[in-house]
Amino acid sequence: MPERVMFTMGDIASAEGALSAGCKYFGGYPITPATEIAEWMSLRMPELGGAYVQYEDEIASITSVIGASWTGVKSMTATSGPGVSLMLEAVGLAVMTETPLVLVNIMRGGPSTGQPTKGQQGDVMQPKWGSHGDYQIIALTPASVQEMFDQTVQAFNLSERYRTPVFVLADETVGHMRERLVIPDEKDLKLEYRKLPTGPPEEYLPFKADDDLVPPMALLGSKYHFYATGLTHDERGYPSDKEDVQIELITRLNNKILHNADKIIDLERFMLDDAKICVISYGTPSRSAKKAIKDARSEGIKVGMLRFKTVWPFPEEAAAQIAAEVKHIIVAEQNLGQVYYMVKAASGSTPVHLMTKPAGMPQLPNEILDKIKEVDSL
Amino acid sequence: MIARAIDNLELDFNKVVVVSGIGCSGRISGYFKTGTYHTTHGRAIAFAEGVKIANPELEVIVVSGDGDIAAIGGNHLIHACRRNIDITIVCINNFNYGMTGGQFGPTTEHEKYSQTSPRPIGNLEHPFNLVKLAASSGATYVARWTAVQARRGTRSIEKGIKKKGLSFIEIVGACPTEYGRMNRLGDGVEMHKHLLEVAEIQNGLPPHEAELDYETRIVCGEFLDIEKPEYTAVLREAQEKVKE
Amino acid sequence: MARYEIRFGGFGGQGIVTMAVVLGETLSLIEGKHCVQTQSYGPEARGGATKSEIVIDDDEVDYPKVQEPDVFVAMSRAAYLEYIEGLKDDGILIIDEDLVDVEGDLSDGIKIYKIPATRIADKDVGAKQSTNVVMLGALAAITGIVSIDGLKQRVVERWPRFKESNLKALEAGVKAGEGAEPSSA
Repeated sequence: MPERVMFTMGDIASAEGALSAGCKYFGGYPITPATEIAEWMSLRMPELGGAYVQYEDEIASITSVIGASWTGVKSMTATSGPGVSLMLEAVGLAVMTETPLVLVNIMRGGPSTGQPTKGQQGDVMQPKWGSHGDYQIIALTPASVQEMFDQTVQAFNLSERYRTPVFVLADETVGHMRERLVIPDEKDLKLEYRKLPTGPPEEYLPFKADDDLVPPMALLGSKYHFYATGLTHDERGYPSDKEDVQIELITRLNNKILHNADKIIDLERFMLDDAKICVISYGTPSRSAKKAIKDARSEGIKVGMLRFKTVWPFPEEAAAQIAAEVKHIIVAEQNLGQVYYMVKAASGSTPVHLMTKPAGMPQLPNEILDKIKEVDSL
Repeated sequence: MIARAIDNLELDFNKVVVVSGIGCSGRISGYFKTGTYHTTHGRAIAFAEGVKIANPELEVIVVSGDGDIAAIGGNHLIHACRRNIDITIVCINNFNYGMTGGQFGPTTEHEKYSQTSPRPIGNLEHPFNLVKLAASSGATYVARWTAVQARRGTRSIEKGIKKKGLSFIEIVGACPTEYGRMNRLGDGVEMHKHLLEVAEIQNGLPPHEAELDYETRIVCGEFLDIEKPEYTAVLREAQEKVKE
Repeated sequence: MARYEIRFGGFGGQGIVTMAVVLGETLSLIEGKHCVQTQSYGPEARGGATKSEIVIDDDEVDYPKVQEPDVFVAMSRAAYLEYIEGLKDDGILIIDEDLVDVEGDLSDGIKIYKIPATRIADKDVGAKQSTNVVMLGALAAITGIVSIDGLKQRVVERWPRFKESNLKALEAGVKAGEGAEPSSA
């Protein structure tokens, strides 16, 4: 399909991103503020020969997505924090069985039912630590309607490349605002697909990784047979309660993300070259921060921003490097401090200041400006 | 029974998918040389639905226990039946959570003993009748057999696989090591002999009359075999209707 | 042009959200301007006061929500009372005069335009549901923020079945906007 231009919502941009990435299966359950994704998919999926299936709950939704993915179909779900809480069991299963899938979380106010129609960035830690056990996750944080599209495509690529669930973590403001969206010509999109096994089926070891730590994935219905399980398993896929099998498996699962972190992490550097203060932000607050930084610059304050377009794997090296270059770091996020603690842990002796806003409206530019001035006067 | 059914039907093994949940029957999927998946507790049906919808050419068989399918996965069971999606569910009912050591579950009979309904208290709750549950939820093929009626059970599984719609086959089994021991039902051989004694074949009986009383009467047979639009077929029609 | 902010307020069913979306579509897709549209969600959107906003800029819009609107279009009393705060001291207030009275202390610098959009849609256009299009025409004439040709193109693209009544509504709105004399509180 040739290039198309729309004036549309972040939610819909994300849905279109998924469709452009080749997603053909959506399993979901309606929840504010992600319903627009489901609504859009309920027509667009069948139009493109795919399936929109509305399940009885979020647990079934994402588990069905895992099933669909194992047939070789790119698959996704979309929800909000309360739905993610239910889905985390299956996120762990997808991590353990190395299943590519994309989960879009349009973040609303929490905990619990919270403020369904108001935004927050309260779910940043959730994908990383919410399912039990030691695991790594990939989570992307778009800040515009265009990035909702682009980063959903990227989420599919990363999930296919590393055979792992990938989160798109968007605050409600990004999900619901309308902006110009350019959907590129499909031949200009770089799409990735999981490695498939080659070689004789009888020699196939379903969980034997290549050098990139990712094993080729057999599909249901193919001549390559396998048993995939949430139990700790060896290269053959057979369950094992042996210590060395556990260590080998979880080390590889973690390392396939951590060792490729530099290829996954996406950052934007804004006016950082001579900065003495660095604002770290993501999502909608990063847009306020841009305005605040421009205003502060006009008053002679040397400030810039490191914007996280990826929060998991955590950009630890980038945070450490910027901490060595500046005098102060301000973390501006729409919660009571989540990325803040990660930045603090990476920043050595450089002071890290938190600029919180645990409510529906993201930080205003002048609120961030005030914080920059306050820190500048220290 | 499942393996024999697949064999009898001369299915292409590559196109058969076997899915299980957690419990005594959780490992069964791994005994099949095809694409198999062992989900988290209760989620076998949800996984199977995703597989079937994404690739309707595959024969999808769920094999799991009563705790897995009727308690933690009960919601998935009734909604899959309601959708009438073309999967075959074989539920092995042993009346308790056997693998975790014999606790009561959704099919444990009233006043029976288990590790969490100990003597002298017994089970405060009443069991689901899985056949009634599946039939009233919308399944289009429903049958029940005991583990000792292997030939009849196999035939029902064959029919279930061939059926274009949701098939639910309950296989009443025995758990001598936990449930049997705690309720003094004898060893494995005795329990299976008992199953044969109390099994009462009533093919075509309305599902709501398919009673199950472990001690006196386990009504077995094929209770439902009806035609209704199947989910993936209806989805294909919808795709045709709106195709770009 | 620097950042320019417009707020629309009214009650559910008046097409408040659609007004901002159509304006955004025109600015973004036809005129190539940077803009972001947002709206209030929740119970208030079902009958109570509802609002929808748009921020326009020459450059990329940073903070996406309206802070101090340059223009406030008020189409119900509840919305007027709820959302009047923040309107710039030299801003523009456009009200549907049959539904909204100017109440409270307003800065002298605010220019008030009274457009009977609902009446025009009902009597002159003969389609009450085109009230929001009438108001868009008036807004375009009063502020010049969007081209009238652009709006025409957009409403026809968006609702081909209602081409005639919408173009009529738009023209009636433009005429009302051009003829409206600003007053101050």
